[in-house]
Amino acid sequence: MQQTLSLGDLCPGERGVVTGLLSAGSMRRRLLDIGLIEDTEVECLGRSPFGDPSAYLIRGAVIAIRAADSRNILVRAS
Amino acid sequence: MGLTNQSVGVRAASGGQTIRRRSPDERVVALAGNPNVGKSTVFNSLTGAKQHTGNWPGKTVVSAQGYCGGGAHSYLLVDIPGTYSLLAHSAEEEVARNFLCFGQPDAVAVVCDATCLERNLNLVLQTLEITPRVVVCVNLMDEARRKGIRVDLALLSERLGVPVVGTVARKKKSLCTLLDALDAVTGGPAPEPEAVRYPVAVEEAAAMLEPAARRLAGGRLSARWLSLRLLEGDASLTAELARFLGGDFFGDPELNEAIARARACLKRHGVDGDRLRDLLVRSLMNAAETACRGAVVREKKGYAASDRRLDRLLTSRATGYPVMLALLAVIFWLTINGANYPSQLLSRFLFWGQGRLTALFRVLGAPEWLHGLLVLGMYRVLAWVVSVMLPPMAIFFPLFTLLEDAGYLPRVAYNLDRPFARCRACGKQALTMAMGFGCNAAGVIGCRIIDSPRERLLAILTNSLVPCNGRFPTLLTLITLFFVGTAGGALASVWSALLLTAVIVLGVLVTFGATRLLSATLLRGVPSSFTLEMPPYRRPQVGRVIVRSICDRTLFVLGRAAAVAAPAGMILWLMANVSAGGTSILAHCAAFLDPFARLMGLDGVILIAFILGFPANEIVLPIVLMAYLARGSLTAPGSAEEMRALLTANGWSWTTAAGMTLFSLMHWPCSTTLLTIRRETGSWKWTAAAAILPTALGVGACLLFHAAVCLFR
Repeated sequence: MQQTLSLGDLCPGERGVVTGLLSAGSMRRRLLDIGLIEDTEVECLGRSPFGDPSAYLIRGAVIAIRAADSRNILVRAS
Repeated sequence: MGLTNQSVGVRAASGGQTIRRRSPDERVVALAGNPNVGKSTVFNSLTGAKQHTGNWPGKTVVSAQGYCGGGAHSYLLVDIPGTYSLLAHSAEEEVARNFLCFGQPDAVAVVCDATCLERNLNLVLQTLEITPRVVVCVNLMDEARRKGIRVDLALLSERLGVPVVGTVARKKKSLCTLLDALDAVTGGPAPEPEAVRYPVAVEEAAAMLEPAARRLAGGRLSARWLSLRLLEGDASLTAELARFLGGDFFGDPELNEAIARARACLKRHGVDGDRLRDLLVRSLMNAAETACRGAVVREKKGYAASDRRLDRLLTSRATGYPVMLALLAVIFWLTINGANYPSQLLSRFLFWGQGRLTALFRVLGAPEWLHGLLVLGMYRVLAWVVSVMLPPMAIFFPLFTLLEDAGYLPRVAYNLDRPFARCRACGKQALTMAMGFGCNAAGVIGCRIIDSPRERLLAILTNSLVPCNGRFPTLLTLITLFFVGTAGGALASVWSALLLTAVIVLGVLVTFGATRLLSATLLRGVPSSFTLEMPPYRRPQVGRVIVRSICDRTLFVLGRAAAVAAPAGMILWLMANVSAGGTSILAHCAAFLDPFARLMGLDGVILIAFILGFPANEIVLPIVLMAYLARGSLTAPGSAEEMRALLTANGWSWTTAAGMTLFSLMHWPCSTTLLTIRRETGSWKWTAAAAILPTALGVGACLLFHAAVCLFR
């Protein structure tokens, strides 16, 4: 049984697999465009100097996402 | 976005985009692609154009055009802004989508990044829905090879049903295959790629729309694509469609009936707006995944270790900010140190030229006023601007471009996002701020990379709070003369660089403050969402960067400054030499402004210089010097010692210099920038706000500073 987390819960170095998106509207589109669909593996690479946003490795690209948005991306730890 | 004629020239301010074919049978090819895949490099290599390239997403914000031949045909290439998808959300994505859909190019070359091909194919598949005449150009093959990624181009081509070529855009030769493929795609019969299949509900609904869509599109648009978009009902696209297909398009009863039926069908299957979007994107992603399976092989996993290490150094809590400041200071130090001697040499040469010109005028027996107007007025101001600006720019721009090329700027945006979010703005504002260093007009255009209209306006209105290249020389001169001392020496230049860095930091802090103020008043709102792609670091091509940034940016900015300075020089000379009641017009104006300027710790001359410097900030300090000199024409920027003596004789102290520094940092943007703001916002009201905001801040800061000085003296 794997626990459902949000992307923001991943610490630098940890990986997760996307299980769903809670955001709506334009942010949802944006997240889909960068490849955050179900079953996509994501790795948290690090955080910016103030701890937010964080950088994630998504489908070979490094993308910064704010904590407020990564809360809405559901993942399970992998 | 670089400093090209197109971005900050007069044409940019007038807007509009027309396709300029050289001959009727010339073929138009659109260059599409994700942001930061080397699209502009492909464009430059093919056309020999000088579109600015840089390692950060969203650099191309206006479409550039260029010509190329070589294969069997000649082509007009249109470089459109990079996008992840054509289901547009930001201004630049709309530009891209509209050109692909309604610009009717003969073919589209989709440039892809070989290192993350799967995500790039999303755009390829969407483009294939619009037109089958597509060539997929897998760029950055060398980078992929280094990262242990192998791409089977033949297999990809077979799966996608269109030509796929591999390129290394920096190497011109590798682009021959692209031209050959374009010849094939535009010359022969259109390829017949297999369409992406969507879930049953979507296919069923789209099929209901297709007959009406086909009839109304009349061969101008793909019926399947049109049906899918009508299902989505995106407002901005709907408006464009109505315009492209004719006003009565949405008045068609058969179409409306079909739309209603199709939507009902979706509803029956439980598919609403967001759900539909999900299904579409997921199908596209899955199709991209399927296409890549076996065709793209990663030998090494994950993100390169060296990039991780660099990221840790450049963005960590402990080192992120210090490194950022240090880099800025080092750039300034190199600029100050390196520019010193060439500046003197250039000035000596140019003012020697003035002597020759004067001699020539004498020989020709030209009247004194003509000599005054052309030589003492126009030539001198020009000579000043060139000798003061050229050397620092020729050093600053290449250095800055190196950082840009290496991929550092997105990291700055990443570091600064939190403070910007606190000010309820977007971290990408850091990128537009960085562009403002070069030229505020370019920075304002660059604001198109910000999606949310509110945050974009914030970035536009505050852009002029970072000093552009036209203001650096003024700031530098003031710092050197009054805060560092004219003695020279290695320590002095370090001190200058640090002070200049401090001024820039002040500008950035004011930007934060102004942004926060605006989002609490005129532009109320909460920060929207934010995603920023950070590209892999690339080793900058030093030689190319130097040539490019000197040829394009430096000479371009200089040319613009000179074009403004020449007539301004004549006007100045007239103002200084035509007198009414025994005093020159310039002196009259200065006297009129003097009482107010004194309150700000400045004097009338300085204020009038800023007003006359409206067309270009570069000429502010020359005007001040010229006005102080009773001779009525610009002095040679001789030694720093002389300049300092002249200013001190006119009542200057370090507080005057500090006041002028503050006002130089915060006052109305130059005319080009304001025209650009007008075009970008489409509103005179916001343009006025963009002028009033920094001016009010500057006046306020100067008043406060002067009051404080008086209090403690």
